[in-house]
Amino acid sequence: MAKHETPLLDQLETGPWPSFVTDIKREAESRATNEKGVDYQIPQDACEDLLGVLELSFKHGRTHWKHGGIVGVFGYGGGVIGRYCDQPEMFPGVAHFHTMRVSQPAGKFYTTKYLESICDLWERRGSGITNMHGSTGDIIFLGTTTPQLEEVFYELTHNLNQDLGGSGSNLRTPSDCIGAARCEYACYDTQAICHDLTVEYQDELHRPAFPYKFKFKFDGCPNCCVASIARSDLSFIGLWRDEIRIDEEAVKAYVGGELKPNAGAHAGRDWGAFDIQKEVIGLCPTQCMRYEGDKLEINNKECTHCMHCINVMPRALRIGNDRGCAILAGAKAPILDGAQMGTLIVPFIKAEPPYTDIKEKVIEPIWDWWMEEGKNRERLGELMKRQGMQKLLEMTGLDPDPRMIQEPRTNPYIFWKEDEVEGGFKRDINEFRKYHKR
Amino acid sequence: MAFVSSGYNPGKPMEDRITDIGPRHFEEFYPPVIKKNKGKWLYHEILEPGVLVHVAESGDEVYTVRVGGCRLMSVSHIREICEIADKHCDGHLRFTTRNNIEFMVDSKDKLKPLVDDLMSRKQSGGCYKFPVGGTGAGITNIVHTQGWIHCHTPATDASGTVKATMDVLFDDFRNMRLPAQLRVSMACCLNMCGAVHCSDIAILGYHRKPPILDHEYLDKMCEIPLAIAACPTAAIKPTKIKLEDGKEVKSVAVKEERCMFCGNCYTMCPSMPLADDVGDGIVLMAGGKVSNRISAPKFSKVVVAFIPNEMPRWPKMTNAITQIVEAYAKGANKYERLGDWAERIGWERFFEVCELEFTHHLIDDFRDPAYYTWRQTTQFKF
Repeated sequence: MAKHETPLLDQLETGPWPSFVTDIKREAESRATNEKGVDYQIPQDACEDLLGVLELSFKHGRTHWKHGGIVGVFGYGGGVIGRYCDQPEMFPGVAHFHTMRVSQPAGKFYTTKYLESICDLWERRGSGITNMHGSTGDIIFLGTTTPQLEEVFYELTHNLNQDLGGSGSNLRTPSDCIGAARCEYACYDTQAICHDLTVEYQDELHRPAFPYKFKFKFDGCPNCCVASIARSDLSFIGLWRDEIRIDEEAVKAYVGGELKPNAGAHAGRDWGAFDIQKEVIGLCPTQCMRYEGDKLEINNKECTHCMHCINVMPRALRIGNDRGCAILAGAKAPILDGAQMGTLIVPFIKAEPPYTDIKEKVIEPIWDWWMEEGKNRERLGELMKRQGMQKLLEMTGLDPDPRMIQEPRTNPYIFWKEDEVEGGFKRDINEFRKYHKR
Repeated sequence: MAFVSSGYNPGKPMEDRITDIGPRHFEEFYPPVIKKNKGKWLYHEILEPGVLVHVAESGDEVYTVRVGGCRLMSVSHIREICEIADKHCDGHLRFTTRNNIEFMVDSKDKLKPLVDDLMSRKQSGGCYKFPVGGTGAGITNIVHTQGWIHCHTPATDASGTVKATMDVLFDDFRNMRLPAQLRVSMACCLNMCGAVHCSDIAILGYHRKPPILDHEYLDKMCEIPLAIAACPTAAIKPTKIKLEDGKEVKSVAVKEERCMFCGNCYTMCPSMPLADDVGDGIVLMAGGKVSNRISAPKFSKVVVAFIPNEMPRWPKMTNAITQIVEAYAKGANKYERLGDWAERIGWERFFEVCELEFTHHLIDDFRDPAYYTWRQTTQFKF
């Protein structure tokens, strides 16, 4: 018998898509029966009370979680988010229900052995409810009490060789696409750099010293499967700068219909026979391709590596061999001053260990500038807007490049600096008046 | 419920303390076929919705079965995932950025038993536990935020709206009939921890009433200057309020016509809650993308200014989403993303074919960038 009636939530237990309500009920049942004899360290009925408080929100149309609360583990300023229920008498099992962020492995590959050990820990010391994964990328432990925070952290670090992730005004846990592990489009090893920078900047990740949050995300190619360009302060997007490799025989096989375009992604509808002129050549944004006499030619110098032709004919076209990544800065969601897309600040850089240039010529100078000039809760993109692209170039020493802009400015209001103008700004009015009467 | 120590000594927190070790190294978790062929993949193919094969230079193949699911999951559910991975995949699996689970096998004969096993598992109410799909020109899993299950600022629920939406879009999760992939994302407030602002269709929770002011407690709970500074439109100013008992307290006043309902003040000050059963609801945005394919990445645009919260299944919201998806499926060219289609046919035509009402709320009036969204040409359609 359920502890709380949940008539509204119960209506989410039908339909084809997996039901989170049924899943939480399953966990509630598992905790109530406790067939494994788990020594629960937070209330055994936490999941029932979680369903109860959620049902109340469905009834009221308002959340029943209180604002924040400063809790954490000793020495860290992130990784734990305090959470308290605003109806603790009705739902004592979730009265204190803090979140813990657990730093996920790059690429989100797991062994079952590892996941089971995570489950054992969280079943015993928490609610048994998780997010796999949170939006930034961490494994999220959803709901435990204050005394359990240090215990969970101790077990994570001592038994599972595993640390917490970021929250607050820190470096947030970096995340990446599947990259070279299982994708032929990857222009650099996203997992390697994601892990390397995560480990290198543990101090920035755990101890808040920034004006606001800061995110790194790593996309292996311009398809941008982890959306780095839209949501990371520094977005690393894989690129090649030489020639797309062409297998002419495979091109013919696409034209002849033996190979399915776009790796079979359009199989759910009859789109008619594949038409290379219409579907590839005609859609190329720079019109740098032609297909004549059974031969595909690409003017690679004009290619903007949009990935369309490669996506359509993955067996015929492959990324080039001179690979690295572009770096874009300042993307963020709308809070406060509207959403911002990442701005290109490095058109191409090699992304190979130990990543010294990326760390010392890009990341650290940008942090120095932002930590010096950024206002409280000002993201990097907002500082870029406020102080300008020139300031970013000045502070990082990056060279201006026409690739960095959509178009040159339409106003001539250039803030010339004194040292840019011959003779400087100091002038003698009397000398001027010799030739120009008052 | 007896307290069991992990070994942590609260009297000496630094004793044996291990910190700053970071995540586990990814290589520990690679399946052997991934480890062997990393960086040497030749091509891939989608064999059927949800099933991919990647072929390496070595001739090795890895078959991936992608299943959708709730990112909100119990340890019992994770254990079942592990049981499947132990049975079919030698104890390996991975998760995608969009909360899908990927089971990988290294030969084709292992594929069918895995797919059959996944599709045979159902929850007590008949929902699939592990629906196979989410590839190619279809709809994959919705990335989303916490909502009422765990967050203090939401204007709607996340898991509930996502379940309702995926139930109506389920056929397109299992199929690849659309002109291109269509990414749906959900964020339960403007903070957008889900960063939905570049999605083909974005579901966004939004408040519509200014904060309620808890004058009696405000100065005790909050740093008033921080609450004032948090407001992007400078709508908050300091004031003094006489309480019913005659006591005068420091508090804030809100210029209501300036409020953009962002909730930034509430983030800084818990005595300024915005949540309201009638005021809160859903904004629908459309036409964004993050890929650089053909056209540049772009932001989603607001196409429905407000839909009330209708628990538990948000029918007005799911109807509007279905209208957009069907109009797109019917009208767009092969490879054309929703935003590119809308720009090609023109937004005036978009509202017509999606049967969505255009209201003044959809015309941007927020600061300078608004000007660049107004039409400054006679090139439009009747």
